[in-house]
Amino acid sequence: MSGGQETAPLLTAEEVTRVYVLGRDNEVHALRGVSFAVDHGEHVAIVGSSGSGKSTLLNLLGALDRPTSGHVRYHGRDVRDMDDTELAQLRNADIGFVFQSFQLLPRLTALDNVVLPLVYRPGSPRERRERARLALERVGLADRVTHRPGELSGGQQQRVAIARALVTEPALLLADEPTGNLDSRTGEEIMILLEELHRDRGTALVVITHEAEVAARAARRIELRDGLIVAEAA
Amino acid sequence: MSLRESLRVAMQALRANRLRSALTTLGVLIGVMSVVLLVAIGQGARSEITGAIEGLGSNLLFVLPGDGDFGGGPQRSSFQLDDVERLDRALPGGEGRAAGYVIGGEAVQAEGNRFNATVFGITENYLGVVDRTVARGQSLSASDIATGRRVAVLGATSAETLFPGQDPIGRTVSLGAIRYRVVGVLDRVGTTAFGPDVDRQVLIPVSAAQRLFGSTRIDAIFVRAESTVGIEADREAARAALAERLDEEEFSVVSQDEIIGVVGDILQILTWVLAAIAGISLLVGGVGVSNIMLVSVSERTREIGLRKAMGARTRDITRQFLFEAVALTGLGGVVGLGLGIAAAEVVAAVAPVPAEVTWWSIALALGVSVLVGLVFGVLPARRAGQLDPVAALRHE
Repeated sequence: MSGGQETAPLLTAEEVTRVYVLGRDNEVHALRGVSFAVDHGEHVAIVGSSGSGKSTLLNLLGALDRPTSGHVRYHGRDVRDMDDTELAQLRNADIGFVFQSFQLLPRLTALDNVVLPLVYRPGSPRERRERARLALERVGLADRVTHRPGELSGGQQQRVAIARALVTEPALLLADEPTGNLDSRTGEEIMILLEELHRDRGTALVVITHEAEVAARAARRIELRDGLIVAEAA
Repeated sequence: MSLRESLRVAMQALRANRLRSALTTLGVLIGVMSVVLLVAIGQGARSEITGAIEGLGSNLLFVLPGDGDFGGGPQRSSFQLDDVERLDRALPGGEGRAAGYVIGGEAVQAEGNRFNATVFGITENYLGVVDRTVARGQSLSASDIATGRRVAVLGATSAETLFPGQDPIGRTVSLGAIRYRVVGVLDRVGTTAFGPDVDRQVLIPVSAAQRLFGSTRIDAIFVRAESTVGIEADREAARAALAERLDEEEFSVVSQDEIIGVVGDILQILTWVLAAIAGISLLVGGVGVSNIMLVSVSERTREIGLRKAMGARTRDITRQFLFEAVALTGLGGVVGLGLGIAAAEVVAAVAPVPAEVTWWSIALALGVSVLVGLVFGVLPARRAGQLDPVAALRHE
């Protein structure tokens, strides 16, 4: 799973910028030079209001995008040196995404949704289903395996999404406003679940949020404003 | 992602949109069905007609008016009665192998029954040359022919229609104002799809027929070769004999194989034209598949973004959508093939022309339907594979 030495950080960002060219003379500088590191097993919150550049940072940390300049390194390896296939493999092996809008496929059962990332790695269908079932059990949905997303509550849907993120046993759980579409009680439950997984499995947890309470739960907070880090607090 | 997994995912997506999948595949289904059915009819007609020509007897040479270019339409004959004799004498290895005839449609009457027959005025050796036999009574004798005696031999259908339930031998039939005595009835040949129905014949001496039709000519001459080996020698002899009197453009000597070849080629082209016309509907079906796949890619942009975030490579996504397209057209191909074969069976049972489902039309239909899926699936599939995961995940 981890190619680098255990002492090296899981991921580093060095002077990362991201410029979107929307048209001639119309450039948006979403990130203006951001540097930080995330260690194995760390819990970090990235905080910022909308337009602060946190979504752009999420895409870069999730290896869905490459920086305009600077470096994002996983296990010491720069994502700019990886082609699309290698990025896909990195996402599959090391990153578990949890989205604000859950991003479940409505026509698939909870089990098939959790199987999804396993389809892109070797293994037998039976083995995949067994792992997915265990993951659903872990998030407390053992009795919802054959339900489709439309038949589940928001909190349950997010639990399915978390099961999908952890089924590959990634080094990093990358959660984008995981409680944004949930009421405060359910949101609290989801955060507790994410933190349990982080603790029990030693998975690094990076939560991107604009909510102060969610951010306050992290061991370390990085605050973004206008594409720059304005504060970093432990 | 394994091929099996790609296929499973593709089938899952198609099942999720059953009605749309069914309607999309209908275009390809109809296309494949048309190809199989029309090719079957074309092939059936071809083998029926070439079979009918073969039924005229093998080792037969046809001496026909004109230069042998069938595209020019019917040619007026320049043959005369003594050309038949000249030709017969010229053939190597003995006489009696050439026979000429004049042909015309004529109303025949007998005891109140009326019948539109094909009247053949024949020379002496006609029945032997075309390999026909007399069932009852006798054939026209040499002296009947030489003297133009008013006697007739009836085809099986002619006899039954003119003399239902009676023995026609010794009775008389009227052709125009002239009465002929029936001396024989021919064996039944059965219906053929090519040329006049020989069971509706009335055979009379050639000179009597010439008087009846007001003609001095012979329409065509048949030569029976002794063997397939001797057929070229016979052809040369016949050509040389006629060239003494006629221009080269006025006659041609063709073998049965050549006629089968020419007719078979024409019908093969017809079959291909039918297949091509049906192929157009297959093409239209392919465009429909392409269209629906583009809609599907656009509808599932977020799914594509999600799959990429989960580790799907460009090629995994491309393959998934390509498999969907091929599954759609392949399914249409298999069902269309089944319906096409069934329709061909129905046509064969109902129509006089049999339909013949050939292995190549099956292979072609299935191959082309899969190919259509690949060709028309590539564009949508590539578009899906190349979607940017960030933009795709945000797609509404």
